[in-house]
Amino acid sequence: MQLRVDKLGVIIAALAAYGAFLAPFATFRANRIVAGEARSISEALPPVWATVILLFVIAAAIVAALKTPSPLRLAIAFSTIAALALGIGAAAGHLTPPENSYARVSPASGFWVLLFALGLLAADALTRLRPSPLVRVLFLCGVLGFVAALLMSGTWDGLSLLKEYASRAETFWAEAGKHVMLALGSLAAATIIGIPVGVLCHRVPRLRDGLLGVLNAIQTIPSIALFGILIAPLGWLAIHVPGAAAIGIRGIGAAPAFVALFLYSLLPVVANTVVGLAGVPREANDAARGIGMTDFQRLAGIEFPLAFPVILTGIRIVLVQNIGLATIAALIGGGGFGVFVFQGVGQTAMDLVLLGAVPTVVLAFTAAIVLDALIEMATPNRNQVQSA
Amino acid sequence: MIEIEGITKRYGETTVVRDVSLTIAPRTVTVIVGTSGSGKTTLLRMINRLVEPTSGTIRLDGEDNRSLPGYELRRRIGYAIQGHGLFPHRTVAQNIATVPTLLGWDRARIDAKVAELLTLFQLDPAAFGPRYPHELSGGQQQRVGVARALAAEPKVLLMDEPFGALDPIIRAKAQDDLLAIQKHFETTIVLVTHDMEEAFHLADRIAVMDKGEVVQYTTPAEMLVKPATGFVESLIGAGERPFRLLAIETVATAVEPGTAEGKAISSAVSQREALSTLLWSGRKALPVVGPDGVLIGKVSLDGLAQRAAGRS
Repeated sequence: MQLRVDKLGVIIAALAAYGAFLAPFATFRANRIVAGEARSISEALPPVWATVILLFVIAAAIVAALKTPSPLRLAIAFSTIAALALGIGAAAGHLTPPENSYARVSPASGFWVLLFALGLLAADALTRLRPSPLVRVLFLCGVLGFVAALLMSGTWDGLSLLKEYASRAETFWAEAGKHVMLALGSLAAATIIGIPVGVLCHRVPRLRDGLLGVLNAIQTIPSIALFGILIAPLGWLAIHVPGAAAIGIRGIGAAPAFVALFLYSLLPVVANTVVGLAGVPREANDAARGIGMTDFQRLAGIEFPLAFPVILTGIRIVLVQNIGLATIAALIGGGGFGVFVFQGVGQTAMDLVLLGAVPTVVLAFTAAIVLDALIEMATPNRNQVQSA
Repeated sequence: MIEIEGITKRYGETTVVRDVSLTIAPRTVTVIVGTSGSGKTTLLRMINRLVEPTSGTIRLDGEDNRSLPGYELRRRIGYAIQGHGLFPHRTVAQNIATVPTLLGWDRARIDAKVAELLTLFQLDPAAFGPRYPHELSGGQQQRVGVARALAAEPKVLLMDEPFGALDPIIRAKAQDDLLAIQKHFETTIVLVTHDMEEAFHLADRIAVMDKGEVVQYTTPAEMLVKPATGFVESLIGAGERPFRLLAIETVATAVEPGTAEGKAISSAVSQREALSTLLWSGRKALPVVGPDGVLIGKVSLDGLAQRAAGRS
């Protein structure tokens, strides 16, 4: 067999080599705030662990650099990531002096570089394998299940991030709930209102130009400014409309955050509904009218099903965007994972920042994969149908 | 019977159809021809009220077409368009079943109708019913489009350039199929086209439209012999006229007594085909046999030349 070099793989291998041998694997700090000391793989881990992880990384680098079958690349990427995940937990136990509850161990740049390189390898291999939407979702479940198992088993309990979590477990889940409520709730409201508005815009061209212009303008307002703008009208509502305050409408807090996220969500939902409906073949529409469908039958039976994948794409944009934007809601007391991010920034405690940021990224990533899979399933796959 | 009386359609200042009156006999094929922008499609679409006329009335079997809501009227009238207009997300069977489903037929009746139509259009119901439109060839899609238009057994079928997207060979086949179907269901067909060849091939009567007005409404033969205006004449094409005249009649009407040398031709083929055979074989006359294969006379170059000049 002739050995050939894979271009992207060489970069991955170089990154992995840098991450494993030049950059520090873990950071040790005597307490939560002080500057850390960098530790390489051999310093951070017991010799057996260090050897195993280095062997995995070297094997992965070789597989990546050469032209190898995609399943092999995927397998080595995931097993090396798993080894790293277990290794960083072991490093925490190894570096923390016994009976010391102040010392902190966290992953350092080498760990993150390795994770990035291997993630790239896995993503590249997955792209080449072209898995069906269902397989992708199952894959995602597998990865999330693995992470959940690590969290439950206590493997990572020694890590700084988990120590931050341990002291805030209750708040964490309360904020997680608020975050999801903000992101999903505003999405639901935007969908319920946005799709009918999109249909209306499609039918009435004059309304379309005006309304899309307004929504576009809203989209350009920076999120913090929009929160600020909403304080005055919502505060006025809370004071002057009986019952408004009782259902949680106030100048600051969750209400303005919800309203702002809802306003940001409207444009993608309305615009994609309009684009989707406009993409319905003219002949199909004409035939539908010509053979006696009522306007509603045509909308429900022809236009909407054909526009659905495009509308779903709008919903995907909104969901991923909202999960990220909801972080800012903490600034005006709206809650969510942003609470930890801003507390962490205030206390210069990076681990606390990560406690807010990492779940946000995981949520957004999960939402993107699941919705992409849904979109692909909703879009008729011409080749598949043909062979059936 | 379709009675169009004083129909006018204006969009703002522009008059698209101006005071058109036509009576279309039941169980015939009427072809509306004209250049683009002549208002032929608008006239067609006013029959099933996809376009509402500015003034005038249209009666179907004596009943004003405004006596029903538009969508109910359209369920009773077949409608087929260029590029078939099939619903891409529904199977062939579901597409054909559209109107019967809207009318609330029961499942068994719908399935039977779909199978009957597919068979009639030479598509195997088991093989084609479950397929999606994009899996079919252009000719097959067009046949499904017509089948869908006929699913609820309408008395009237409106067609807007139904064969425009087909290549010439498939188009000729589709036209012959349409005539057979029309005889089978005794449907009244109103068809819009800009293809004169198609018009002369299909029509019992042709209506020529120019700038929103019907300038001539008559049989193909009459139109060839006595074009009403210069526009009609140019539409027919001066160079094509003798051949079109021969094309619309069969050899049966041109048979002369006597006999001739050579291979006999059938009395059912067009006179144009007979002329072509005569020219190609270099003979002055050919024997003609009837449908039962019995010799009934001859057809001659001279005779056809007389007919081609409109002097029969």
